[in-house]
Amino acid sequence: MTRTATLAWFARHELRLAWREWLSMITAGRRRRTRVAIIGLLLFGAIMHLPAWVVVGRYADLRPPLDKTALIVITATIMLSWALMLSQAIESVTRVFYARADLDLIMSSPVRLAEIFSVRIAAIALSVTSMALLLATPFVDILLIEGGLRWLAVFVVVAAVGLTAAAIAIAITIVLFRLIGPARTRLVAQILAAVIGAGFVIVLQIAAIVSYGTLSRFAVLTSDAAAAIAPDPDSLIWLPARAALGDGQALLILLATGLLLLGVVMLLFAPRFADTAISAAAQGVSSRAGAHVRAFRGGSRQQALRRKEFMLLRRDPWLISQTLMQLLYLVPPALLLWRSYSDSSQAVILITPVIVMAAGQLAGGLAWLTISGEDAPELVATAPLTAGRAMRAKIEVVLITIAVIFAPLVLALAWIAPAQAMVTATAVLIATVSSTAIQLWFRIQARRSQFRRRQTSSRLATFAEAFSSIGWAATAALTLALPEGAVICGLMTAALLFAAWKLSPPRT
Amino acid sequence: MTSDSPALAVRGLAKRFERPAVDGLDLVVRAGEFYALVGPNGAGKTTTLRMVAGLLRPDAGEIAIFGIDALREPIAAKQMMAWVSDEPMIYDKLTPLEYLEFVAGLWGIDPAASGEAARELLVSLGLEGHLHERCEGFSKGMRQKVALAGALIHDPRLIILDEPLTGLDAVSARHVKGLLAERVRRGGTVIMTTHILEVAERMADRIGVIAAGRVLAEGTLAELRQQNGRTDTSLEELFIALVDVEPAA
Repeated sequence: MTRTATLAWFARHELRLAWREWLSMITAGRRRRTRVAIIGLLLFGAIMHLPAWVVVGRYADLRPPLDKTALIVITATIMLSWALMLSQAIESVTRVFYARADLDLIMSSPVRLAEIFSVRIAAIALSVTSMALLLATPFVDILLIEGGLRWLAVFVVVAAVGLTAAAIAIAITIVLFRLIGPARTRLVAQILAAVIGAGFVIVLQIAAIVSYGTLSRFAVLTSDAAAAIAPDPDSLIWLPARAALGDGQALLILLATGLLLLGVVMLLFAPRFADTAISAAAQGVSSRAGAHVRAFRGGSRQQALRRKEFMLLRRDPWLISQTLMQLLYLVPPALLLWRSYSDSSQAVILITPVIVMAAGQLAGGLAWLTISGEDAPELVATAPLTAGRAMRAKIEVVLITIAVIFAPLVLALAWIAPAQAMVTATAVLIATVSSTAIQLWFRIQARRSQFRRRQTSSRLATFAEAFSSIGWAATAALTLALPEGAVICGLMTAALLFAAWKLSPPRT
Repeated sequence: MTSDSPALAVRGLAKRFERPAVDGLDLVVRAGEFYALVGPNGAGKTTTLRMVAGLLRPDAGEIAIFGIDALREPIAAKQMMAWVSDEPMIYDKLTPLEYLEFVAGLWGIDPAASGEAARELLVSLGLEGHLHERCEGFSKGMRQKVALAGALIHDPRLIILDEPLTGLDAVSARHVKGLLAERVRRGGTVIMTTHILEVAERMADRIGVIAAGRVLAEGTLAELRQQNGRTDTSLEELFIALVDVEPAA
């Protein structure tokens, strides 16, 4: 086989693996579900056209030349997509590095490793870009239907942005490996991915709160102040926006930049990819030479279980990054709270649904990790304590963690709006208990490392958890603004929980 | 519970999945005995021991651990035994010492005594250089040793091991075998399933041969030979004769 044929063959192999990985993710590893999953996806894609129409429908008639405000909004949207893709790409690259998988086979085969790993880098870029294209499709469809074929250019912009994000993600991850070593890179990369993903939205929201006292990021983007400091419309900064509007030259430059960047990254980093992946796969010996020797702690059997759960939660890189992201999303409402304290604004009501939603979502993740993600189930099952007591200890861990994270916010709220704090605290408790109950009803035995795929094991549990958090957040907001509506919303959410319980697998 | 109660007494034990996995099995293991359970794949060895350890609920039958009804008083029965599976289940993000602290806590062992015992146990298993390392980078052998240390830290009267030597290198296997033999010398009871017949032949006081969910034969090696009318034959030959499996060419 010639070198080119080998590379083409390997590229085909990588794409097949990526496709099967994706298919397995949406079908939860059950091949019989493929048809149902594809129909579900198509249906989801079709439904997504509705929110897409609401969001971008009014921009379909936009034509160059654009004013500064329109350029700012489009550029900010592209920047946001880029940030999200970069976040996703960092996560993908980290995952590839830490999965040993076929590394031994590739390393022991008579092929040029730099070339093979160039293909792997390209495959990562392709999968990140494909996912972005898939998500962008409903929005582009609306623009095409409402504004004509010139909007096809948006697909090319998404591809170029995806290539750039993947290239930069690979460079960042490998540089992190070199600088701080494989043991810390996984945690730092996941935190970085969370911060980058949430950061852009949060910075805009903070700017909106500080300047206009609102959570809407569009307030900043469409302000006169932003237009005043923005560069002239012919500046290079607006190149992505012009490309999205169908400017051929801008489109070519953008795509060429993406490809060039990816090429440079492949050239520079492919030879180091193997070393990095090997050191990542071999890591784990987090040697703590000289660690102080302390006496074992006493207490009840449940205390031992709780201590173990807290220790594992503290050492879970995914959980730390997700908690950090949840906390980051709470920064703007907290800022709004602080501003409202000084000017007695009614906008402070907005903070309640945000807190309740965050608590419900975080509780769902924590509950999965403690209840389903037990790495030594047989040890716990053969220990001399009842299954009920073991489960209670695990649930207590979820409740305590949520209390520790959200109590400061609720206490701060109590300082300026005691009644609202009361409603918020109650709703946080209900949302937390609901998410935990759903995880309890749908529990499965899994390894903690499978957390990323927890959504695929039971879509019903995933949807129930999401809608329960949204439902209780809405109920809390309505309690403060429109109590009659709160009763209806609360009853609907309770009915949803009841339905989830009825549909959950029977337990003997 | 009486002082002369057997370590394990199983009567009429049955469990059915798609077909009967354990089919009216009777078994008695005396206190202070090293008992090896051997049998072909799918014979019901693991299912039997999982029911004894409280991991599976039997469809029928009785299980007594040192005279305690394990089905009616599972907590009291579990307090006296330890289970080690073939796939060591430990926590990647805990160090061996932290793991043993957790296990000791689960069994309600006095922390003052268990701390020192844990260190001694890990050192005796050759893990002295890894006490403060998280288990995520450990080899299969090292993980199995940590799991075994977890089973021993609460000083159980009965240890049940399912294929504990699978995947271990010669040195690690020797360590584990030595530790189990020492346990029996000090009055403990060990029940072990194994496919390595030489290990059963060399280490076990008594051997039970199981097939299709029933005990086909049981006794010391000499008794098994006598029962089958074959003197001076190996356990492997006896085993093949008992379960009627032709040796691979």
